[in-house]
Amino acid sequence: MLAPFPRENKSSQPNECRKFVQVYMRNEGWESMINILPQVLVDGLTLGFMYAVVALGYTMVYGILEIINFAHGDIFMVGAFIGTEVLLISDALGALEGMNPFVALFITLIIAMVLTGALGVGIERIAYRPLRGAPRLVPLISAIGVSFLLQDLVRFTEALARNEFYLNSPALFTGSIPIGSIATIPTKGLIVIVIAIVMMIALTLFVNKTKWGIAMRAVAQDQSTASLMTINVNKVIMLTFLIGSSLGGATGVLFAQNYGTIDPYIGFILGLKAFTAAVLGGIGNLRGAMIGGVLLGLLESLSGAFMGPLTNGAFGAEYKDVFAFSILILVLLFKPEGLFGEAVKEKV
Amino acid sequence: MKKRSYVGVLSAVLAASMALTGCAGNSNSSGGSNASGGQSQPAPSNSGNGKTEGGLIKIATQSPLSGSNSAVGDAIKTGAGYALEKRKEEFKALGFDLQLFPQDDQGDPKIGVSNAEMLISDPDVYGVVGHYNTGVAIPSSVKYEEGKLVMVSPANTGVKLTEEGKKTVHRICARDDAQGPKAALYAKNTLGVKTAYIIHDKTAYGQGLSDQVKMQFEKDGVQILGFEGITQGEKDYSAVLNQVTVKNPDIIFFGGLYPEGGILIKQAREKGFKGYFMGGDGLDSSDMIKIAGAAVEGVVFTSVAGDVTQTEEGKKWAEEYKKVTNKPLETYSVYGFDSMNVILNGVLEATKANGGKKPTREQVLDAVHKTKDFQGQFTKVTFDEKGDNTNADVFIYKFDKDKSIFVGKAE
Repeated sequence: MLAPFPRENKSSQPNECRKFVQVYMRNEGWESMINILPQVLVDGLTLGFMYAVVALGYTMVYGILEIINFAHGDIFMVGAFIGTEVLLISDALGALEGMNPFVALFITLIIAMVLTGALGVGIERIAYRPLRGAPRLVPLISAIGVSFLLQDLVRFTEALARNEFYLNSPALFTGSIPIGSIATIPTKGLIVIVIAIVMMIALTLFVNKTKWGIAMRAVAQDQSTASLMTINVNKVIMLTFLIGSSLGGATGVLFAQNYGTIDPYIGFILGLKAFTAAVLGGIGNLRGAMIGGVLLGLLESLSGAFMGPLTNGAFGAEYKDVFAFSILILVLLFKPEGLFGEAVKEKV
Repeated sequence: MKKRSYVGVLSAVLAASMALTGCAGNSNSSGGSNASGGQSQPAPSNSGNGKTEGGLIKIATQSPLSGSNSAVGDAIKTGAGYALEKRKEEFKALGFDLQLFPQDDQGDPKIGVSNAEMLISDPDVYGVVGHYNTGVAIPSSVKYEEGKLVMVSPANTGVKLTEEGKKTVHRICARDDAQGPKAALYAKNTLGVKTAYIIHDKTAYGQGLSDQVKMQFEKDGVQILGFEGITQGEKDYSAVLNQVTVKNPDIIFFGGLYPEGGILIKQAREKGFKGYFMGGDGLDSSDMIKIAGAAVEGVVFTSVAGDVTQTEEGKKWAEEYKKVTNKPLETYSVYGFDSMNVILNGVLEATKANGGKKPTREQVLDAVHKTKDFQGQFTKVTFDEKGDNTNADVFIYKFDKDKSIFVGKAE
């Protein structure tokens, strides 16, 4: 590895668009920026779909209960740990060998979803339901408490069990798919995008087409009226937490697969960003959360890659979050209900 | 019903927090023998009431025992504890009961400072081996200075630490203004790089080291294609790496620690980066391999810690260390060991000067500060006026598939 490496040949095929850029910009930096654009978009999409699925959990709970479940990011983290532990244990037992990676991922996803779903329901039962009549600030604080509790519980159990609490997930998919010569999609990234889309479509169908979905929308509109219409409000809320949390947990598994390393504190930053995505799209609105998530991922990726060259290095990639959150503030200033939220009480 | 669930939550929270504090607290059970049979000293140590029964001497360690840097933090603690264990009998003969007092600073400045506060309020604590993170050591050293508690660091390389003029601060390893330039020189002269991209983690350590490397590169005419910061704890660095792939530098220099470094090199290779990847002593951990996987191969790093197994005597020491402590040997293990011995030596000197009685902290501090030509297991220690070791060296390592290989001393 220490031998000199052949440098990549940077000469590019003539291209009308590129010529245009060259002529008008007369700057090599621009050309290279156009060159990486596809790769930046691919990275941004992968990240964005991850935000989108986690944002669904925030938006569902907000849509129904009008509380912000700040523990959701940590449920995502627990999902990542459960998934990784399942893979690590089955790897140690030799069960992963010869198993189709898709089957392994599917089983892992199911286990993580069931457990995190149950965790979400448990949290609702213990930390939110007793506070349902209280002022809105109270369940918010309770949520933050649950968030810290989950972080430390995972830290504690992993430290006891493995004597380390940042885990490295066994990689199920290692290949990557080149798209022409302009970009490559790692297989794992593609899987993140596909599974996220499948989960989002399934959720949309569930909410729009099934009896339970209608009940959820009814509870979101008006709890007391819904309960008069023989809807079991508690059950509907439990279901909301079950679905939201299991989606979050599944995303955790995908996150661990995609980035390889996890620790008990990944939920905080990602949760905050997913929450931002939900607000950006209009909190309480499923479609808004999805689009907001993808948008935020793309924004982050684009600003990270291009802000440095555009500002001549004054603002580097380290300021990508500042940029993304500034956009959020602007949206909230001029369209407080979010990009896709409706000002009326039509929620979920 | 409502009340019951309140109680349920409360008790669950209480139980969890108790369990956690129990975990984070000290485990001073390592000694076994109870401190001089309940002869607790009524007055602070400096009263010196003429008793030959010296009593308890605690030496603390402060390093991250939990959190993402715990692999190295634990190595420092274990190395220091091993040194202390070996000299227990020697101190018992003098009437002192030696005890290790390990603290977990979690790599967090706030926790480091509150631990330091606790340490200076305990009159039996006579010295601190620590820290691992410069960003933790600097604020904590303010407290040590207040309590005249001597600190000997096995691993802090931040220049600022000893430049602040605190008498209590010492380190046995080299500083970043030695490490950074030597790393840059090695990259230019031995690896033959012409262009470089520098990434740092925005911490006192990471950015400080990167600045030193940048300065040397500029002096030598190596073109700097970028100087970017990343956020610690994030897992997706594709934004900055996309810029790197476009500029295609000969080398990425990373100023930071292995949890981020491991992810960076992995994601850089996934994006097709083919050049060198180099870092400072922050990459010096076996966990780097776990995080980066196959991508770790060929990663070069400088370290202020040398390879103790280079000599026959060192090899013997390493075998014994592994057998006794049952822990893997990290390069910082021996630095923890040497730091502890420097402090114990100071305690011994101070006791001698005090006529065999338990010395004061200030006397220990003076004795440690005057350390001259003390031969540790690996490094020779002579402190200069600032508390830096004049014999400190910088070393080059390279990662193979499953371990780091000692390349040599950096000139």
